Amino acid sequence: MKTIEGLYYAKNHEWLKIEGDQGYVGITDYAQHELGDIVFVDMPQIGDTFDAGDVFGAIESVKAASDIYLPVSGEVVAINEDLDEAPELINEDAFENWIIKIKVTNEEDLELLMNAKQYEEYLKEEA
Amino acid sequence: MNRYIPLTKEDQTHMLKQIGVDGIDDLFSDIPDDLKLNRKLNLPDGISEHEVRRKMTDISKKNKNLDDFISFLGAGAYDHYIPSVVSHVAGRSEFYTSYTPYQPEISQGTLQYIFEFQSMMSELTGMDVINASMYDGATATAEAAIMAMRSNNRNKIIVAATIHPATLAVLKTYCHFREIDLVVLPEKQGRVDNEQLSCIDGDTSAVIVQSPNFYGLIEDVSTIEKTTHDNKALLIMNVDPISLGVLKSPGEYKADIVAGEGQGLGIPLSFGGPYLGFIGTTNKLMRKMPGRICGLTEDIEGKPGYVLTLQAREQHIRREKATSNICSNQSLCALRAVVYLSTMGQKGLKEVALQSLSKAHYAKEQLLATGVMKEVHQGPFFKEFVLESTLDAAMIEEALLKKRIIGPLRIEKLLENQKNRLLFAVTEKRTKDEIDQMVNVIREVSK
Amino acid sequence: MKKEHKMIIDLSKEGRVAYALPQNDVPTKEWGSYLPEEFQRKTVPRLPEVYEVDVVRHYTNLSNKNYGVDTGFYPLGSCTMKYNPKINEDMASLDGLAKVHPYQQESTVQGSLELLYDLGEKLSEITGMAAFSLQPAAGAHGELAGLMMIKKYHEGRKDSKRRKIIVPDSSHGTNPATATAVGYDLVEIKSDNMGGVNLEALRAELDDETAGLMLTNPSTLGLFERNISKITQMVHDAGGLVYYDGANLNAIMGKTRPGDMGFDIIHLNLHKTFTTPHGGGGPGAGPVGVTKTLEPYLPYPTVQNKNGSYGFDYDRPQSIGRIMAFHGQFGVLARAYTYILSMGSDGLKQVSEAAVLNANYLQSKLKEHFHLPIDTLCKHEFVLSGTSQLSEYRTLDMAKRMLDYGIHPPTVYFPLIIDEAMMIEPTETESLETLDQFVDIMVKIKEEGEGNPALLHNAPISTPVRRLDEAKAARKPVVKW
Repeated sequence: MKTIEGLYYAKNHEWLKIEGDQGYVGITDYAQHELGDIVFVDMPQIGDTFDAGDVFGAIESVKAASDIYLPVSGEVVAINEDLDEAPELINEDAFENWIIKIKVTNEEDLELLMNAKQYEEYLKEEA
Repeated sequence: MNRYIPLTKEDQTHMLKQIGVDGIDDLFSDIPDDLKLNRKLNLPDGISEHEVRRKMTDISKKNKNLDDFISFLGAGAYDHYIPSVVSHVAGRSEFYTSYTPYQPEISQGTLQYIFEFQSMMSELTGMDVINASMYDGATATAEAAIMAMRSNNRNKIIVAATIHPATLAVLKTYCHFREIDLVVLPEKQGRVDNEQLSCIDGDTSAVIVQSPNFYGLIEDVSTIEKTTHDNKALLIMNVDPISLGVLKSPGEYKADIVAGEGQGLGIPLSFGGPYLGFIGTTNKLMRKMPGRICGLTEDIEGKPGYVLTLQAREQHIRREKATSNICSNQSLCALRAVVYLSTMGQKGLKEVALQSLSKAHYAKEQLLATGVMKEVHQGPFFKEFVLESTLDAAMIEEALLKKRIIGPLRIEKLLENQKNRLLFAVTEKRTKDEIDQMVNVIREVSK
Repeated sequence: MKKEHKMIIDLSKEGRVAYALPQNDVPTKEWGSYLPEEFQRKTVPRLPEVYEVDVVRHYTNLSNKNYGVDTGFYPLGSCTMKYNPKINEDMASLDGLAKVHPYQQESTVQGSLELLYDLGEKLSEITGMAAFSLQPAAGAHGELAGLMMIKKYHEGRKDSKRRKIIVPDSSHGTNPATATAVGYDLVEIKSDNMGGVNLEALRAELDDETAGLMLTNPSTLGLFERNISKITQMVHDAGGLVYYDGANLNAIMGKTRPGDMGFDIIHLNLHKTFTTPHGGGGPGAGPVGVTKTLEPYLPYPTVQNKNGSYGFDYDRPQSIGRIMAFHGQFGVLARAYTYILSMGSDGLKQVSEAAVLNANYLQSKLKEHFHLPIDTLCKHEFVLSGTSQLSEYRTLDMAKRMLDYGIHPPTVYFPLIIDEAMMIEPTETESLETLDQFVDIMVKIKEEGEGNPALLHNAPISTPVRRLDEAKAARKPVVKW
């Protein structure tokens, strides 16, 4: 499974890319592979706020539906509207195609996340 | 042995040997002794088919049926004509002995009729999508309310007082256990009191209105729609599909969700079930809708085919987060409806609606002329109307029964403060003679 | 003649009719005077204009693309796809039962009321419960009524702490869905290595917040829960109630009863155990039975017998309320009643014995070729795992290849606790020959998978359509013509 250096990873297979006080959130390659063909992404509204670990949306595939959890506390500043028309973009490249962009509201939450190497270890354990 | 169990003594011996046990009892050794039922079930022994037929026929003869009696009963279940084709198609065992079409490759028959049902109901109601059926109109309405709340995260549902009392009762049950705030919009002279719409506000998730309503009256839905949408709430309309042969459709009223009872579309009265609930909505809310949905797609050779779609919303995948717990639906009843609608077409349906409409109006006119019945409501109605009897309604009911006429419905059986009020339903099946006969009996009672 | 894909609307031609209504013989005004313009529809719904022949041919051809129990073997685990006796169909459509309005005066429907009353009594005896409501439209609907009753029961005890319902991880999807539909929090406990309730896990979860436990017995793995009396006792000691999902009743009729196991509320699936047809997805019926303590909470109305005269009892102040507009799926109930009359006490017991015999026979033959995760005598169904073949093909591919052999595959990928699961329930209405044939087909497909897995990956090839693009159907749903 592909992982990318420099990103934060959460136990529920979300990734977070920090840019200043904001961040992009998506699901990992492992997650998209587990889900199969993604058919729909249920995204929140701009302005919605969540605590770390809250469900912020859901991803539906043909055979499954998965909640997606926000790795850190944040406020939604953008959603990836390309996913409305083409949810399969996440299958094509899970790291390229972010789901939401947030303003991080509690920097300390980052400390609880994993780095790429730790996530790879975690995946090995899960298997 | 038994005609439904193909096991011979020889088979049994062979199978027990293969399994490696001595007798059938060994296969039940996992049941603790204190739980074993060490006696016969206290039921009569099994009987032959001929005896079953006799017993069931005896039971059926204790009923008065609507081939022998003329019916003016309605209130959500109607004596519309069922073309012969319907039972013959629904009686094909490839349809009725098949399972839910989870293996689409060998279920294209079921899937295509579901798709056609969805299409026809969609056309009739003017909604973008209709699902493959719900249990009945009342539970469909309750699920519509829950769907609305799921869509806009508001907790208040407003429902017209003029909906069928049983629908309201089911709604109350569902809402109570989900802790939904259910508010009833008061009625005035048989319709929603449009002066009292101020309870529709920014906390309202949806407003539910039935038209034609329980009394047969056509509601002023446009006024309700405006207030509902001004408050960004959803409009749920509960409708009778036969009425949509002529009446303005929920789509034309800009309803967000439609729910209703499809029994009138070729489904026997059968003492209350199985009937046909339906629910439908706009493209925007499609994914929030409960129940099975059939979609058109292609197979790997590019051939068109049908498949159950959006299944990730349902209980077998989403489990506790499903849109609803519904699993089995009313599929075979939907087949009856699709054959009915194919047979009648838009012209036939319109004709059924118009005949029901005009015959109901004729009946009301004739009844008022007897002097025994007083008008209760005014304004446009479809195929049902309420009159108040100047004589004891129970006596009228008995007199009619003696002349082989069943109905109208004494409303006090379903609602309070309705003494001597009668709900008459007239469908295209009633002839002028039958209506005149009914009117005459009532006229005679007064003498 | 090659039959192309056509919807009924494609056969439409203006001017064709399939109906004939009598002339309107009442003096009638122009209908616009009855119905002001603002209430008239403006759009014309696009419905078919066809001849009766078109309707019949179209739907007959559609039926030919379907597979039913009347076509062949249908070993769907958890569904009990047994033969639907034709006498049931005839009896339910007797004029005296089918042409009866639900609101007729009770004196004119004594037959239907007697049927309902007697059916309730018979189901009580079969299950060991005190009383039934025949109103629920399906198993899931019965579950809903059942959990509402649990909630009402605790409300009655003024115990608002009870917010949790426990289900095993092997449960049918409707169980957790129903729990949340009634506003409960869900607690899922892991099954033990026999697929049964892990007593330690249960003990750990039971506390004063437990409203109840939902279980089926035999479990969804087809195994009898030997600790069942202990389990129901544990839940009762903690102050909770125990709910029985009756989907698997076919294994135990006349042998044991959920009421005797300590269950407080049960539902039955008449379209499973009691042979009413599945209808392509419904209608079914899910009567709900209770102990005497819970009888007041049943949905209203119930049916009562007052000196030989039957009637509805609406005076039920503690009832959870109505859950259907009318009296339930009467036509379905009439079929089940006919079946119970036909089988009687001896017959129903034979049903369960034969169902369990058939399942064990199949299991003993198939385990020689396939992985049986829990190798013990089963009840009416058993679960194989396709994992030993995972590198070449999956359970899904096996299932699709079975379609080419003209049989319906078993239930696949359920229960969730077994990987690549194949749940097989033959039922008692299948012959030894059919069972042997099924084994032969399974073995043949396994051999194909080992030698030429492409045959499985490309399956089915002989069905009316091949594998369908479900992703496309879900991304851009086309749900009407």
